[in-house]
Amino acid sequence: MPIVAEFLIAALIVVGAFFLLVGSFALAKLPDMMRRLHGPTKATTLGVGSILIASMAYAAVVRGTLSIHELLITLFLFLTAPVTAFMVAKAHILRDRRERAKLPPTGSEKGWATLDPSPGSTDELAGFERK
Amino acid sequence: MITLACQIALVAIGLSVVLNVYRIVAGPDVLDRILALDTMVINAIALIVVIAMLFEAPTYFEAALLFAMVGFLTTVSFCKYLLRGNVIE
Repeated sequence: MPIVAEFLIAALIVVGAFFLLVGSFALAKLPDMMRRLHGPTKATTLGVGSILIASMAYAAVVRGTLSIHELLITLFLFLTAPVTAFMVAKAHILRDRRERAKLPPTGSEKGWATLDPSPGSTDELAGFERK
Repeated sequence: MITLACQIALVAIGLSVVLNVYRIVAGPDVLDRILALDTMVINAIALIVVIAMLFEAPTYFEAALLFAMVGFLTTVSFCKYLLRGNVIE
C-alpha cells in the first residue's frame, strides 16, 4: 500500500471521529433545545461522511474493489438528516408555548395545520396539549 | 497506521455514545431524548463502518444501511406522534 494513501485514509478516519465527538459533545453541553439541535445535525453528518469516504478509499486501495455500500449509506444519510432535523425543530416549536406564541398568522381562517386536530380523528390527542 | 487510526476512532465514538446516553438520561424534554437517540444511531453507523475496516469484514455494511433506515424511521415516527397524537392518520 502506498504510504500517501495510508496516511490519507488514517487522517480521514481520525477527522471523522473527531467531528462525531464534537457533535455529541455539543448535544450534551449546549443549554437550549434549538442549539442542541444545531450541533449534531451538522457535525455528525460531516463525521459519518468522512468515515465513509475513508472506508471507500480503504476498499479501493487494499482490496482493489469498488465498494458501493458506502455510497448508499452516504446518500441515505444526507437525504434523511435534514428531514430529521426539520421534524425535531417543528415538534419543538409546536410543543413549546413560548415558541408557539411567536408564530406568524397564517392569513386564512384556518390555523396552523399541525395545531388543529386531524380530520376524521375522534380522539383529542393532539400532542401540543400535553405540555 | 490505519489500525491505530481505527482504534482512536473507536475510543472517540464510544465517548460520543456515552455523551448521548447522558443526554438521554438527563434530557429535560422528550425531544432531547429523541435527538439523542438519532445522534446515537449515527454514531452506531460510524462505529460499524470503523469496525468493518478494522476487521476487514465487508458484510457489516448491510447492518450499517439497516441502522440508517431504521433510525430515520424511528425519529420521524416519534416526532409525528408528538406533533399529531398518532403516526398514520
